[in-house]
Amino acid sequence: MSTVTLDNSNNKLSTQEIKDNKNNQRRRKLISLFFVTPLVLFIMVSFILPIGTMLYRSFYNPTVAKLIPQTLSALSKWDETSNQIPNADILITFTLELKSLAKQRKAGKLAEEINRSLPGSSSLIKFSARKIAKQSDQVLAKQGDQLLLAMKKDKWKNPKLWNSIKKSGAIYTDRYYLTALDLKRNSAGEIVQRDTKIYLKLFWKSLKIALYITLLTIVIGYPLSYYLSTAPTKTANILMVFVLLPFWTSLLVRTTSWIALLQTNGVVNSTLQSLHMIAEPMDLLYNQFSTILAMTHILLPFMILPLYSVMKGIDPSYFRAALSLGGKPIPAFIRIYMPMTVPGISAGALLVFIISIGYYITPALVGGTDGQMISNIIAFHMQSSNNWELAAALGSLLLGLIIIIYWIYDRFVGISNIKLG
Amino acid sequence: MFPSYFTFWQKMGIYCLRLAAWATLAFLMIPILVIFPLSFNAEPYFTFTEGMLRLDLDAYSFKWYQEIWNDDKWILAIKNSFYIGFWATIIATVFGTFAAIGLTKSEMPLKSAFMALLISPMIVPLIITAAGMFFFYSQLNLAGSFTGVIIAHAALGTPFVIITVNASLSGFDYSLVRASMGLGAKPVYTFFKVIMPLIRPGVISGALFAFITSFDEVVVVLFLAGPEQRTIPRQMFSGLREQINPTILAVAVLLVVVSALMLITMELLRARSEKIRTGM
Repeated sequence: MSTVTLDNSNNKLSTQEIKDNKNNQRRRKLISLFFVTPLVLFIMVSFILPIGTMLYRSFYNPTVAKLIPQTLSALSKWDETSNQIPNADILITFTLELKSLAKQRKAGKLAEEINRSLPGSSSLIKFSARKIAKQSDQVLAKQGDQLLLAMKKDKWKNPKLWNSIKKSGAIYTDRYYLTALDLKRNSAGEIVQRDTKIYLKLFWKSLKIALYITLLTIVIGYPLSYYLSTAPTKTANILMVFVLLPFWTSLLVRTTSWIALLQTNGVVNSTLQSLHMIAEPMDLLYNQFSTILAMTHILLPFMILPLYSVMKGIDPSYFRAALSLGGKPIPAFIRIYMPMTVPGISAGALLVFIISIGYYITPALVGGTDGQMISNIIAFHMQSSNNWELAAALGSLLLGLIIIIYWIYDRFVGISNIKLG
Repeated sequence: MFPSYFTFWQKMGIYCLRLAAWATLAFLMIPILVIFPLSFNAEPYFTFTEGMLRLDLDAYSFKWYQEIWNDDKWILAIKNSFYIGFWATIIATVFGTFAAIGLTKSEMPLKSAFMALLISPMIVPLIITAAGMFFFYSQLNLAGSFTGVIIAHAALGTPFVIITVNASLSGFDYSLVRASMGLGAKPVYTFFKVIMPLIRPGVISGALFAFITSFDEVVVVLFLAGPEQRTIPRQMFSGLREQINPTILAVAVLLVVVSALMLITMELLRARSEKIRTGM
């Protein structure tokens, strides 16, 4: 408001006053920045930097480079296309480094890393490290290459193995992204598809599950929201509690209830059995069905709340006008009323879709093997297989996917339509 | 009940709508209600026993509630949840309220960019946040510490504070601030005596959102917390994975009671903030 009045009277102000005005405005800008800065710094350090670290980790992997630095610098002169193994000097450097790794108990880490680009090489490296650790440095410096090549039926004479070592040593790599997209490099360095599709399938499945859940929440949530928006205020307020209480209840509580309901001897199965509707308990839990059911329940309020608030704002006289002008109820509802609820549907759908695509807890608890989503495989690589770089690459792809969905939504609908409750 | 001009099919349509609406409400509520009787099961099962169905009093017991009380792990988890939730809420509310005030000022430059940045913790999937925080906080030796978990939860809670405080500031009249300053009040005094009383409902409901976010959060805890920092949801998660026993149901019932209390507070606040906004 103040800026408007100042602008209007600008032409009557002296230069000094214009200057003061500008200073004043700059001061106000600084004050508002001063209010925002603490949180911006906090979010930068506590949230943005961690996400950045994860993105960086997905292509930055210095592990091998730190383990065998001298071998790698020697290998850089070796021509991998020659189909010959590296010369004796390089082999000796490698055996010396392998020995010191074995002494520090780090040979296993090296084996694990190399094994990722050449499956099956782990046991060879571990075995060789154990043998070499027993030799003295002098012996290794003289005939380390022969000792190495004599091990395990000439396996070290395979140029492919040395190529894998060289490749694993690269500090910056697109390897994890290729793996995450079910691609790999063949021996000629071209990008080719892998025989078995794991991650693309999983991304696809997560998208599909998220889509099912979104459609289900629309179908289930729409009639209830409509009913609530047309019911008398008092009734609507009371019934709203039944929507809000689940919304506020811990998702672990709700997942627990679904386990109690759906397990083999759970409430649903024993009720149906006592009613003689089924003879044997059904397998309701630990599959895709239970994941979709439990997540639909958990995310339903996220659809109902925006739908309800949009429907509440629609004047019922439009629909009545359509009816009194001779429209049949169902076509009138579909052609007059439903288009006005699209902002609510799209806001709810975005929320539900985005939340469900990255969901972890419920699939982990009720999903079994069939209901696992992309988040679960990320958690698996973080916690069990310790392939953090692959987890980071998968996470980055998931993040990219979500940003794209947001961008599309913002393009066509506008993000500011989303409110809480 | 219906206007006389309603046709048979219109009445049927309305009955169907009611049926669908009530069925949905039942779908929403039954999973929450069913754990109440189950948590009083005398047997260590997750289902109704014959005795329970006959309403035999011996089939019911409080023993799973006692179990919580006697189990050090659960007591530790409850303490941790409140401790972490409390500090995370304080940090999120102070930073978030401050930032929301700045963001609603008309002079704020790059408003939407800042908003997007500050809301982002709410949008990024938790698994990604948790993985990133694990990488970064480990480097700072914050993994497996209360500080780490509290900072992480505070970051996750701030978007809710910003959104609710923003909403309560949307009708805020900044001429009140100028009036206060013009009458000689210091900025700090103006903040606490003029701005704060008007946005208090928004701040409190933001704080409640932040608290429930932390209280409910388990993915970040799974990645960041050590055994010392186990929270209630973390304990439930491992309970559900390892050995399912009705103690979890008893805890779940207590959590539903906590959520119900939160909900009531929230509704009272909403009514109050409506009153402030409409100037009654």
